[in-house]
Amino acid sequence: MQYRSPLANVRGLGSAKTGTFHWWMQRVTAVALIPLSFSLIIFLDLSLTATFQETVTWLASPFNTVCILAWIVAVFYHSALGLQVVIEDYVAVESAKIISIWLVNLVFIFLALAAIVVVFRLISIG
Amino acid sequence: MAEFTLPKNSTLIKGTTYKAPEAAKNVRRFEVYRWDPETAENPRIDIYELDMDNCGPMVLDAILKIKNEVDSSLTFRRSCREGVCGSCAMNVNGKNTLVCTKAIDEYSDTIKIFPLPHMEVVKDLVPDMTHFYAQYASIKPWIETQTPAPSDTERLQSKEDREVLDGLYECVLCACCSTSCPSYWWNGERYLGPAVLLQAYRWLVDSRDENTGERLDELEDPFKLYRCHTIMNCTDTCPKGLNPAKAIAETKKLLVQRKLG
Repeated sequence: MQYRSPLANVRGLGSAKTGTFHWWMQRVTAVALIPLSFSLIIFLDLSLTATFQETVTWLASPFNTVCILAWIVAVFYHSALGLQVVIEDYVAVESAKIISIWLVNLVFIFLALAAIVVVFRLISIG
Repeated sequence: MAEFTLPKNSTLIKGTTYKAPEAAKNVRRFEVYRWDPETAENPRIDIYELDMDNCGPMVLDAILKIKNEVDSSLTFRRSCREGVCGSCAMNVNGKNTLVCTKAIDEYSDTIKIFPLPHMEVVKDLVPDMTHFYAQYASIKPWIETQTPAPSDTERLQSKEDREVLDGLYECVLCACCSTSCPSYWWNGERYLGPAVLLQAYRWLVDSRDENTGERLDELEDPFKLYRCHTIMNCTDTCPKGLNPAKAIAETKKLLVQRKLG
């Protein structure tokens, strides 16, 4: 027999008083990625068509380095935020939900750090 | 919680077919979801063939004709028959609507009538609305003020302030929108759903209410509010032509505004 009132079930633990920052940063990174992706396209194009030295020289220019680093930060942040929402939507079991959100965040932090290190290693060669 | 297949005792079986009278010339076929909690049987689809020359124009008229003339055991909610009470919300040919304001002529061929999706069924076309109504109560759908009411007048509102509520006050809480929303299907225990969020917004923007901040505090939650991903099934299905998706978007804007604005 369930004696908790329906309203008690609905009110539950109350509002988390968060979520706006998460939602807003998803929008901010999405908008930021529009211009930043152009520099990535140029970089990928050079990687495929130009010589290694030319590519590294392009990447070593301060403006381009910053653009690519900004793209890396924005894209992995955006992916982590987005994937967290997908997990919250579809993973019902509380423990699995929390563990998978943490895993996703850690994997994306690791990938972002790896990508940043690659950029610095490349420009230190050039 | 996400469930993509029906549990065993919810899979549909074939029911009875009720033929139209032989003399009938204009026959339409209605397939209706039936489930009786007092038997151990699975839900079934009963087929009713009705003589349209002897039936009112709305889907509710056909359902009433079935109840009155063919099968009195059919169970459903209805009251006002003019789209202001919100009782007769059902899923007709895959889309939630109020059957009293939906003309049979708007559909071609067979009409399939189901209860509102992803709700527990009480019987036949009657869903259990307990949780939905509790969610409505949780947003405190009444005016909250610190200022005492004026002793000799009502709390006044300008014409412009009143117009802000257009498109919000018309909601009859039929739950067509909430039960069309996948986020509400998967996380309805915590996500408030478009109908309740539209009502919450109606009180956020009421010029006479003095509790906007506390109302926003209550809504700011990854599950209560931010399960909305703006797929707009709610707006698409609303039988009153309202726009819950916009009300939710405006609520999100208010939350950002108070952080940044």
